[in-house]
Amino acid sequence: MRAFTRAFTVLILIFLYIPMIILGIASLSSGTDVAVFKEFTLNNYGELFRDAVLLPLLLNSVILAVSSSLLATVIGTAAAVGIHRMSGRLRSITMTLTNIPLTNPEIVTGVSLALLFAFVGRAMKTNNVMGFLTLLIAHITFNLPYVILSVLPKLRQMDIHLSEAAMDLGCTPIQAFFKVVMPEIMPGIISGALMSFTMSLDDFVISYFVYGAKYITLPVEIYNYTKRPLQPKIYALFTLLFIVILLVMILMNILQARDIKNRRRIRPPDIISKLRRAGS
Amino acid sequence: MSKELIRLEDCSMAFDGELVLDSIDLCIKDSEFLTLLGPSGCGKTTTLRIIGGFQKPSSGTVLFDGVRINDVPPYKRQVNTVFQRYALFPHLDVYDNIAFGLRIAKLPEPELSMRVGEMLEMTGLKGFEERKVDSLSGGQMQRVAIARALVNRPKVLLLDEPLGALDLRLRKDMQNELKRIQQQLGITFIYVTHDQEEALTMSDTVVVMDKGKIQQIGTPEDVYNEPENAFVADFIGESNIIDGIMAADYQVEFFGKKFVCEDKGFGPREPVDVVIRPEDIDIVPADAGHLCGTVTNITFKGVHYDIIVDFKGFKWLIQSTDYQPIGEYIGIRLNPNDIHIMKKSVYSGMFGDYSSYSAEYDEISDSDIEYEDIEEETLYEE
Repeated sequence: MRAFTRAFTVLILIFLYIPMIILGIASLSSGTDVAVFKEFTLNNYGELFRDAVLLPLLLNSVILAVSSSLLATVIGTAAAVGIHRMSGRLRSITMTLTNIPLTNPEIVTGVSLALLFAFVGRAMKTNNVMGFLTLLIAHITFNLPYVILSVLPKLRQMDIHLSEAAMDLGCTPIQAFFKVVMPEIMPGIISGALMSFTMSLDDFVISYFVYGAKYITLPVEIYNYTKRPLQPKIYALFTLLFIVILLVMILMNILQARDIKNRRRIRPPDIISKLRRAGS
Repeated sequence: MSKELIRLEDCSMAFDGELVLDSIDLCIKDSEFLTLLGPSGCGKTTTLRIIGGFQKPSSGTVLFDGVRINDVPPYKRQVNTVFQRYALFPHLDVYDNIAFGLRIAKLPEPELSMRVGEMLEMTGLKGFEERKVDSLSGGQMQRVAIARALVNRPKVLLLDEPLGALDLRLRKDMQNELKRIQQQLGITFIYVTHDQEEALTMSDTVVVMDKGKIQQIGTPEDVYNEPENAFVADFIGESNIIDGIMAADYQVEFFGKKFVCEDKGFGPREPVDVVIRPEDIDIVPADAGHLCGTVTNITFKGVHYDIIVDFKGFKWLIQSTDYQPIGEYIGIRLNPNDIHIMKKSVYSGMFGDYSSYSAEYDEISDSDIEYEDIEEETLYEE
């Protein structure tokens, strides 16, 4: 039985990762045919970094990912604090509304955002509204739930009296947030920001509907590439993207693990407050 | 005594239409140790939070030094709080926790470190400066919470069940320590607890609360010896509470007999509640007793025995150092100062009857202690 479980796990891992491994190998091969590994070379990577089209697009994607994830983190954290303070019924309604975009098919979100932007563009009498701003708004929109969902649990774990204690010691409510609440929920904020960054960096579906000729992101351009035979430098690009995202994920896991380890040293009052929460 | 510092006038508080505080009037003097005592949901924590500025009363006035402070936010009040679960800042070490208030007040660094040093000294936390607060024991966290509040030199320190999470022995030590600190600094302490013994040991003034109302305000001796109504008599210590009728001034009638007492000023033949503390009752041979009854139960409590005696169907609790066998027919004597008369109140008939007392009941509650403790903690959070 145990052997079977093990074999099953290995099988699943193979299914999950073999495409990436093949891609990685292909990026290191000198030929264009994925099926044949000719000889080891880093030429594909060299070519990628000399590419005058792809590199600026990569920069576009990174700029968009950084700015949208930062803004989403700020807005999402503020929203989480607000939701946390709501009373039971209102809170559950707001949470449902927040979660819908998560389950909504991306293509529906993309099309509806495109319609909205087109409508606004018409109202503003501009012909071409699609560009960086529309991409930014769209990315913030789909990033928000991830930030809210990673910050809220941190707020719930926090001692409810912490910000009161800060105010008791002379903090205004704003000071209390920055000096006491924010350091406490930082792990949640960071993981929300990282998650947003990765979601934004590799988003294709939604971006496809709201991008304009003035600002094209890498995933959108890559989609255009796939209509023609793929060049090996694209394999190199994919491999790099995969590695970047993998590193971000590993970083997130390390941060979370560290946070859990800190929480392990639970003091008795915490257990009681947990029981209380479970009871109510 | 010294002058008035805080006054609550006709303060009421309602949450979602439910009245938590019902027209409270309370006056707190400078440098006194005042305790708000009552069961869960009696409004004691709410009263404290109103004084701290965390809640605004639905109606009524809060005065501090004669100035109305209803709308003054907590960070502008000369009041500091020791929270129930300490609420220490986990991302700061002991020193930075204590220095927090002074840093907000932008105190120059040399004076700051001197004052934090004083606090570390007073609370016995020297050497713990760089410890993370979550590596401390309950008692140490408690001290940090006290130091963090007192370092700001408030006029009033509010303490919300500060010893609730500590074990019994530590709690006793901290009680003495808190009293010492209060006397040393000479500032007002307002202390919230549900533990009557704690209230009696530490306070100058005890405010007994129930159902959002103040039941009695007085010194610990007053509330113990002269309870205002059946609730106070039962909540503080053990009490036998018997229906009686005032026959005349200094004379009360119960069990068909007249007893001399020390109370007067009641209407002619006014029905009253008679309180007799179990430790005040003297056991004598049956033929020498004012009243006679049969021992139905006896439990060893260490210092004394809890003896349940049946007087014509009404069971009394008597505490005595002498053993009485079950079934023994005994007499009791009551001196005038053992008898305390209270006016009838809404609480009459609800307390002070030991008919349901049995050793079996004791055992059941013993085995449930762990569960009960947790539940209690849960309940006491308002």
